[in-house]
Amino acid sequence: MNWGSWQNFLAMGGYGLYVWGSYVVTLVVLVAEIVALVMRRRGVIERLAKYYAARRRDHETEA
Amino acid sequence: MSKSRKFSWYYFSSPQSFYPLAGTLQPWFAALAVLLCAVGLYISFFVAPTDAQQGESYRIIFIHVPAAWMSMFLYLVMGFWSGVGLVLNTRLSSMVATALAPTGALFTFIALWTGALWGKPTWGTWWVWDARLTSELILLFLYIGFMALQAAIDDQRRADKAGAVLALVGVINIPIIYFSVKWWSTLHQGASVSMTGAPTMAKTMLLGMLIMALGFWMYSIAATLARVRCVILERERQTDWVAAEIGGQK
Amino acid sequence: MIRALGWVLRRDLLLAFRRRGDVVNALVFFVIVVSLFPLGVGPEASQLRNMAPGVLWVAALLACMLSLARLFAPDHQDGTLEQMLLAGEPLVVLVAGKVISHWLMSGLPLVLMAPLLGLQFDLPGDALAVLCVSLLIGTPVLSLIGAVGAALTLGVRGSGVLVALLVLPLYVPVLIFGAGAVGAVAAGTGAEAHLLLLGGFLALSVVLAPWACAAALRIAME
Repeated sequence: MNWGSWQNFLAMGGYGLYVWGSYVVTLVVLVAEIVALVMRRRGVIERLAKYYAARRRDHETEA
Repeated sequence: MSKSRKFSWYYFSSPQSFYPLAGTLQPWFAALAVLLCAVGLYISFFVAPTDAQQGESYRIIFIHVPAAWMSMFLYLVMGFWSGVGLVLNTRLSSMVATALAPTGALFTFIALWTGALWGKPTWGTWWVWDARLTSELILLFLYIGFMALQAAIDDQRRADKAGAVLALVGVINIPIIYFSVKWWSTLHQGASVSMTGAPTMAKTMLLGMLIMALGFWMYSIAATLARVRCVILERERQTDWVAAEIGGQK
Repeated sequence: MIRALGWVLRRDLLLAFRRRGDVVNALVFFVIVVSLFPLGVGPEASQLRNMAPGVLWVAALLACMLSLARLFAPDHQDGTLEQMLLAGEPLVVLVAGKVISHWLMSGLPLVLMAPLLGLQFDLPGDALAVLCVSLLIGTPVLSLIGAVGAALTLGVRGSGVLVALLVLPLYVPVLIFGAGAVGAVAAGTGAEAHLLLLGGFLALSVVLAPWACAAALRIAME
């Protein structure tokens, strides 16, 4: 498939808005999911670290 | 009495042993996803020819159809692992089912969004009540229902099991819903408006769709593995191995 | 087992009879919702006639769904449900009894009320008859599917809206063929296929739903 020029490629025969609207939103959604997962993992580790530190402190004061 | 240690897949059915396995496998699936999607995108833009009737707008099909396939496939997989967790009482299966839902829902959303953007230039309206889009909409409701039910129940085991019953009821209903919606749509609109029909499949188009579907599949596995690792950490926080894992992270 | 079924039925009907207001409320909801549509889209007769099957069916479906809150929650609150789970009788039988009584109190009144409302929409006589038959076959399915949803959300925060979210997508096939039957008759083509399919849904849900509901109740009460 030879597009001839960047303009042709971006214009998509007049349907540029729809085609790129689809591909770009898909990319954004998938990237957002990845980012959300990374943030979720970091949040979990942070929260659990605090939880374990608090638990250690409790055990120390009990003992 | 000594017994030779035979490898068994059941070894990985405990969260503790699955966690490192998931961590090791995830980058590989992510890499496969990137590779397959790159090939699929290349085919979709540079190999597949222009369509006679729809011009370039048909290229949306390379996202729309694979996303729709994935949304239905992931629901079946979710139902399967949910059911396994319900029947065999294994925690990890339920965790995997919970981890699958958001990815499935996102693919359903992508199918709906791309369907709307495909419908506008082709049939003039932003929403087309054809069989596939309407079924996808109902599937989105089923996903959201599953996630909402699990979020609303505080007791973890009850949430897992209730979600499993719901997911299994959904799995049984999906063919019924699809068939009903197909009947409804042909009855009211006739076969002229159908996203399943157009355009006629050239070999390159089919190949592109298959490769994108595989790419989406690999992506789903990678995302689910990452999410299930978070779920495992959250739910197993009372165990020593998670404490050691978190200690090692800091 | 039949004795247990009869006992559950008798008890539920007696309790419902003592609180007749609940049954009447659901019926009034049905009438009000149906009346909203002409107010929303205008009184033009042909438009209303086209809309009637869908409007009547959606309103019936919503009324059924709202009454699901009365299915298990009261028994759960006063401890009867726990006793039912502990009883020697199979839970499936007790569930079946509750669903039958639920249908008698919420579905059947709709079937009886619907022709009057159909007249408001200028539906012809044969369409009204098919409307009644489709509701007669379809509302038990709604009760059966709804029972599963009610059992899953027993005692959960915000269960009212949650039940709607869970159960409405599952209602879609019943709606399609129920309203489709009436539409087919109004258009002149026969409604046999639609009604037969509704009957198939009824058979399927009679077999599967009580099991799923009993499983969900056990999960909720663990």
